[in-house]
Amino acid sequence: MATTTASAANTAAPTTEGATPVLTARGLVKTYGRVVGLDGVDLDLYAGEVLAIIGDNGAGKSTLVKCLTGAEIPDAGTIELDGKQVHFRRPEDAKEQGIEAVYQNLAVSPALDVASNLFLGREVRKPGVLGSVFRQLDIKKMRERTREELNRLGITTLQDVTVPIESLSGGQRQAVAVARAAAFGSKVVVLDEPTAALGVRESGQVLDLVRRLRDAGTPVILISHNMPQVFEVADRIHIQRLGRCAATITPTSHSRTEAVAIMTGAAEA
Amino acid sequence: MTPQTEPESAAALVFDTAQTPVQRVRSVLHRYPALSPAVVLLISVIVFGMLNERFLLPGNLSLITQQVAIVGTVALAQTLIILTAGIDLSVGTAMVLASMVMAVAASENGVAAPVALLMGLVVGLLSGLLNGMLVTKLRLPPFIVTLGTYSIFLALTLLYSKGSTVRGSDMPAIMTWTGKSFPVGGVSISYGVVIMFVMYVVMAWVLSTTAWGRHLYAVGDDPEAARLAGVRTTWVLRSVYISAGSIIAIAAWLQIGRTSAASPNAGADLNLDSITAVVIGGTSLFGGRGTVWGTLLGALIVGVFRNGLSLAGLDVLYQTLAVGVLVIVAVSVDQWIRKAR
Repeated sequence: MATTTASAANTAAPTTEGATPVLTARGLVKTYGRVVGLDGVDLDLYAGEVLAIIGDNGAGKSTLVKCLTGAEIPDAGTIELDGKQVHFRRPEDAKEQGIEAVYQNLAVSPALDVASNLFLGREVRKPGVLGSVFRQLDIKKMRERTREELNRLGITTLQDVTVPIESLSGGQRQAVAVARAAAFGSKVVVLDEPTAALGVRESGQVLDLVRRLRDAGTPVILISHNMPQVFEVADRIHIQRLGRCAATITPTSHSRTEAVAIMTGAAEA
Repeated sequence: MTPQTEPESAAALVFDTAQTPVQRVRSVLHRYPALSPAVVLLISVIVFGMLNERFLLPGNLSLITQQVAIVGTVALAQTLIILTAGIDLSVGTAMVLASMVMAVAASENGVAAPVALLMGLVVGLLSGLLNGMLVTKLRLPPFIVTLGTYSIFLALTLLYSKGSTVRGSDMPAIMTWTGKSFPVGGVSISYGVVIMFVMYVVMAWVLSTTAWGRHLYAVGDDPEAARLAGVRTTWVLRSVYISAGSIIAIAAWLQIGRTSAASPNAGADLNLDSITAVVIGGTSLFGGRGTVWGTLLGALIVGVFRNGLSLAGLDVLYQTLAVGVLVIVAVSVDQWIRKAR
């Protein structure tokens, strides 16, 4: 297997020439003991684009986005947001900077209700003494804003925001997780396999959501195994292979077959 | 292909007919976890009241509440820890250690009573801090950590007190104040019971209306999901163990008042008694589900059973037997309720 060809990335995509990226990563390395998760990965994300990340199992897709969202701390390399270098130690560091993520393993708390999950980790307190001294939550306001947010995102399958997540279907749970990222992700929204557990119609809704976010100017990083979906929604495609970026292509520059060939190492970029 | 066209309505039909009365009861119990212990408590009070007319006398009811106050307070601390999917085997010995520090300081060392109480509180806080740091820093399972600290606190208690009991009469009045009672409409209520109840009210409020309460449930539910959502899970866990430690220190004060003594041999089995109350109260040992009110009801159920069976003239061993049966029934019911959607 020719692993050394991987760094020959062709980053210059026609739509993004000249613009400054919102998010830049250079030379990211992440190891787990002797296992190499990331082996010097570069990534650029521009405003108003959907950047898909594809790759075989174990290629480092999830590790890459975890480093970008503070869920993992890279061993080496730099991350810049709006041209300023950032060091994320925890997910909330990235959240504070407006980077939101939906992880593959669905980071929702089953026993808490929809509104509590949407606001988990950034609860709204009541105004005045009740909130500042007694730390009382404004549950009514959080529920109201949850309903508004779900409406804004066109998620119609969720009517009751007071039901616990565990009583929802897989698609509805995913909708809550995506809504949380979309509601708070002011700079970047990262979705790790958002449609993996969903049916056709629900997948379509999530992809619509991705497009709507992009049209509103929020760049989206989308990890997916689903080639038709990737080619349908992505502006650029970052192909991850063996811990490195094998190539960055666009849906117009390469065909699906070519993308799969690069992904599996059958062809070079 | 025609029979395949309307799968949704067929499924809806099955779903509708599947909601038998039993299942409807189950989904209500699922929504309100404190309801089933409340029903059990009500039924047991009625049954024991019919078996023996002395059971419902104000004096006897007052006695039950006093008997429940200490285990009820310790079980409140235990509830917080079990809600985070942990368990604390050291609650009993930590409480005894705190009570011995309070009592020895106030009697033999001649420390002013409020200062002695404060020292006990610090001991409770430190015991919680130790457990919390071991759980979060070394990432050891809470069972192992508290099994170790159980022995450590027990040994420290015996070393510190040299194994001797401090009598209540040797201590300032404030130390035993929690055992004193005041009359309310013919029933005498002890201050210790009031303190316990106030702590339940405060903790129920904190858990249901503050972010810390939400985070506690979220950490118990799925720690990784909570972490990724931006909850500072290690901070939440540490604060839970420290809060539990301070509640245990207050239980130590109640213990001194109730028994009018501080004995190094009292309360070591409070760990199992408190877990019993929590489990009967419907809190899941896997974390994330349960309420403090359920625990109070659980502690009361155990107290009512012990008192009622002893009034019925049964040997104390039958009380223990009954409590054992109660635990298994409670967990079975809980499993059954859990299947509801």
